[in-house]
Amino acid sequence: MTATTRVIPRAVVAAPSRSLRWIATDAFTIAWRNLLQVVRNPQLAVIDTITPIMFVLLFAFVFGGAIQVPGGNYVAYLMPGIFVQTVVFGATGTAIGLAEDLQKGLVDRFRSLPMAPSAVLIGRTFSDALRNLYTVLVMTVVGYLIGFRFDGGLPGALLALGLVVGFGYAISWISANIGLITKSAQAAQGAIFIPIFPLTFASSAFVPVASMPGWLRPIAEANPVTVVVNATRGLVSGAPDTATLVAALAWIAGLVVIFAPIALVSYRRRA
Amino acid sequence: MPPSAILTEGLAKSYGPVRALRGVNLDVPEATVLGLLGPNGAGKTTAVRILATLLVPDAGRALVSGRDVVREPDAVRSQIGLTGQYAAVDENLTGRENLELVGRLLHMGRGAARTRADELLAGFELTDAGRRPVRTYSGGMRRRLDLAASLVGRPKVLFLDEPTTGLDPRSRVGLWDVIAGLVAGGTTILLTTQYLEEADRLADRIAVIDDGQVIAEGTSGELKDRMGEDVVEMRLVESGRASEALALLAPLAAAEPRLDAETGRLMIPVHHAGGTLTDVVRRLDGANLEVAELSLHRPSLDDVFLALTGRRAEMEQEADGDARGRFGRRQQRKAA
Ligand SMILES: Nc1ncnc2c1ncn2[C@@H]1O[C@H](COP(=O)(O)OP(=O)(O)O)[C@@H](O)[C@H]1O
Ligand SMILES: [Mg+2]
Repeated sequence: MTATTRVIPRAVVAAPSRSLRWIATDAFTIAWRNLLQVVRNPQLAVIDTITPIMFVLLFAFVFGGAIQVPGGNYVAYLMPGIFVQTVVFGATGTAIGLAEDLQKGLVDRFRSLPMAPSAVLIGRTFSDALRNLYTVLVMTVVGYLIGFRFDGGLPGALLALGLVVGFGYAISWISANIGLITKSAQAAQGAIFIPIFPLTFASSAFVPVASMPGWLRPIAEANPVTVVVNATRGLVSGAPDTATLVAALAWIAGLVVIFAPIALVSYRRRA
Repeated sequence: MPPSAILTEGLAKSYGPVRALRGVNLDVPEATVLGLLGPNGAGKTTAVRILATLLVPDAGRALVSGRDVVREPDAVRSQIGLTGQYAAVDENLTGRENLELVGRLLHMGRGAARTRADELLAGFELTDAGRRPVRTYSGGMRRRLDLAASLVGRPKVLFLDEPTTGLDPRSRVGLWDVIAGLVAGGTTILLTTQYLEEADRLADRIAVIDDGQVIAEGTSGELKDRMGEDVVEMRLVESGRASEALALLAPLAAAEPRLDAETGRLMIPVHHAGGTLTDVVRRLDGANLEVAELSLHRPSLDDVFLALTGRRAEMEQEADGDARGRFGRRQQRKAA
């Protein structure tokens, strides 16, 4: 520590601005930092890679023989379900990451800078969507090794993956709200899995809704996870059902429109 | 009179029933250091958070570089640097990446952010460590990086919330040098601390804060006039005669001499320890009061508090167990 630390104050900081350009620039910077965190932390990177591989193999080989599905091909039936389940679980990372940044005081640093406040949330949900995209691509590769195919061609495949990642993005905004409310990463993790488990399992992700008890069926039918899984199955099989597809897109848009503004306001208000 | 870099009027903030600040007035001229000295829970962090635009006050107003922290937070944010009580750095990123992140969020551009990061790493002796993830850093290195992060934008006004709490003495002195360098360069600093010695060493003026209120304000010299430069501490063989001894020694004291009820020790704040010590012993001897132990120490925050409020400063409740270092040498000696 020497005289080199002497600084002469001078204005090098660009005038603060709320323009869309600054929001985008700041969000990219935050997203870059979030992804760098994963790259710099081998444990996280390994978990991001191993988990989807494990899920595909376990579900395909453990349940594959036991569960009877329409068409009889469980791998074809399973993959859309496991895509959606995995991105929903991946979206819990938004709550945990945000709560951790709050807990460690990083959000205080961000809030003391003349950056766009919304960028912290926009960047976080964006980088989590990229992580989900990576996970889904890994699963696709593993799926192909055990006989899964996109029968709807490239457009169907791209639409299916887009739908799945888009749904994860929507769930990330719900997750962001939970991260902003809870005070620690552990609390966030606990809080978010309570709604996530019934949401993913009381759905058509792994078993046909028709196989469920009568009282559960209407709930499972209305579950957005069921809607998105069914729409994805349609795209994967090459026979998409327009009504289901529209319903799935409406769910994604609706969740973002409701939960993103709530999260942004709650972030600004948080002391 | 130079313009005020920080000005607060009647600043108040409550957390539910807890009144953290109750009408705080501060005025810090440009290129000076204000030491906000107070025990744990006094309201120091609350004041810093309001000034750094992280918290909105319930009442009163605060100007930083002439800009209102509530109405023009962005204008304030482009002038300030904040080093919080706990290092706010990303564990998984390298030191350089942490500094670059701040530079990019200040809209500096990739090249400028990198140059500034390297400059600061060199200035804080972190050039080699700059390539390693922060999770491998020692506590002192983290603090230095955290301070460097708050300097990326060359702030005019810097807030340091207990910057040396929990640091070993060597790192503490190192940080003091850095802070002195910044002030020489024209930066205005508001620094909170629980160490009287730190405020004395770094601050042009000291505001003593207790229970959300400023209870004394002045230069370190002015405070010492009220408290004395040294404290004579003693234990009598006959502890029952303490009040007799206090009355006898009062004329020699710089401030009210007192009896620590817990330990049975007498504390006599004095101005000139050398000469006074002989007088103290002579007077006690003349009254046939036998001394069991006698020592001298510099006043700690605890002494300031006893002198100003008649009660002890509350001990910091922290798991890291370094609380005894915080209240000057007396506690350290007892523990040794
Ligand atoms: N977020 C909070 N919620 C409730 N009480 C708080 C909160 N932050 C601080 N306090 C209380 O406000 C008072 C002042 O705290 P603080 O400003 O942190 O003091 P200091 O930094 O001097 O230790 C304390 O009594 C503390 O317990
Ligand atoms: Mg504090």
